Amino acid sequence: MNDDARITPRAAAEHAARASYGRLLARLAVRWRDVAAAEDALAEAFVAALERWPDDGVPQSPEAWLCTVAQRRLSDRARAQRVHSREDLVDRLRETFDGDSFDDSFGDDRLRLMLVCAHPSIDPSVQPALILQTVLGLEVRQMAGAFLLSTDTLNKRLVRAKAKIKANNLRFEQPDADELAPRLQALLEAIYAAYSIGREGALADGDVNDRLRGEAVYLSGVVASSLPESAEALGFQSMLLFCEARRGAQVDDAGEFVPLLEQDPRRWSHALMTSAYELLFRASSLGDVGPFQLEAAIQGAHCYRARSGRTPWGEIAALYKTLVERHPTIGARVGLAIAVAYAEDRPASGLAILGAIDPRRVQEHQPYWVALGHLQARAQQTELAAASLRRALGLTSHPRLQRYLGAQLARLRPRVE
Amino acid sequence: MEYMLLFNQPAHELERRRDDPESSDYWESWRAYMSAIYAAGIVKSGNALEPPYTATTVRVRAGERTVHDGPFADSKELLGGYLTIEVASLDEALRWAARSPSSVTGSTEVRPVSPRDR
Repeated sequence: MNDDARITPRAAAEHAARASYGRLLARLAVRWRDVAAAEDALAEAFVAALERWPDDGVPQSPEAWLCTVAQRRLSDRARAQRVHSREDLVDRLRETFDGDSFDDSFGDDRLRLMLVCAHPSIDPSVQPALILQTVLGLEVRQMAGAFLLSTDTLNKRLVRAKAKIKANNLRFEQPDADELAPRLQALLEAIYAAYSIGREGALADGDVNDRLRGEAVYLSGVVASSLPESAEALGFQSMLLFCEARRGAQVDDAGEFVPLLEQDPRRWSHALMTSAYELLFRASSLGDVGPFQLEAAIQGAHCYRARSGRTPWGEIAALYKTLVERHPTIGARVGLAIAVAYAEDRPASGLAILGAIDPRRVQEHQPYWVALGHLQARAQQTELAAASLRRALGLTSHPRLQRYLGAQLARLRPRVE
Repeated sequence: MEYMLLFNQPAHELERRRDDPESSDYWESWRAYMSAIYAAGIVKSGNALEPPYTATTVRVRAGERTVHDGPFADSKELLGGYLTIEVASLDEALRWAARSPSSVTGSTEVRPVSPRDR
């Protein structure tokens, strides 16, 4: 908004809604400890803005105006419901919104709200959507498809989660240092889930998916800047920025998928890589090495190829080994298998690592079957490779990846016959 | 929980069943999907159906029988086949539905199978 004179009241309200919804809601919800009530009050404040601003003019600070009105609604409702136990909260609200420090603690409020959304008592599958809705104001009908849920179902799950926050009187205070680490891990996992859904979806050219991905990156920045002493928060943002840096090279000019090892490093974003390396450097200077910092280091090592022209597989294998020792997820073990196979230039070494994974845990794990097929093809096990890639294709729901795997399969076919 | 996946395909997709099974990407995508879902060990039963033009539909109204050639309703998407699967949750059933080739070209309907002792 460059030209204040031309801002209509509706545009001003809409701009305030987009720019500050999450910050306002976080502030209200953290003070009121009831996300649903805060949402209602804020919605009423926006309605009031649309009614009043055309006559009264747009206030000096739209955010402060909205916050004051929403706060009044919350107090009125508490009084009407005779919630005496909340008198102290009413006082706290009043304190909070008086004074000049309006902008200062916004970052912290959003972090607190996110930590509540990622509380262990909230179903992990609903946490990413809950965070996106409450902190960024994303609408349920926009997100539902990306999470493979109907609008109704996602709505019900979100309402249930908010009722639980209220019923269990979950603490909005920042957790103590020893409690913070596991809570932060859950929060980062939830943001990462939103990013992954958005990233996969982005391969299918969805605007919504693109937005999910972008918002997740933004939230990783909010967390990292609120917790500048947390190696995992910095490592997490670093990892997302490395992934973002390579995003433009993931699809070629014809619109087809390009896997990491075939990407042209000249198409990676050097500005994003620089920020990512800087965050990784800061994270590593803090000691304490967590899984996201290791993931960031792995992504960073892949990005060395932009400088040296070759991928440092030995280093990547060593990083994956540490990751698997501490967090033996399927994804980490698949990454280790590929890295070891390349580092030793021996597909059999990677196949042995994949073979040690419990088959019941990979029934739906698409990357496992892609990796298995890839290493089998390199080991000249053409028929096994075709069967593995076929399973990977059957587990893929994005057309661009389907086309890529279909082409890989077709390349194997002549050799089968 | 048991769910039925109903694969609805537009007529032009069903026509592609005449493609050469060896070289057609239509068949490749269905083979891939079926190999993944059967290998996951969740399929209880299932069949592909012959194209809708082979259907015959019977109605009895007030004791009078009418028989006509073709499917019961003209619609853009036609039932091409089905699977029943045993999975832990609707979420899991929906993940499998999203991977079906019919979800890209037509749609995949997911319905719970009624318990037998009802």
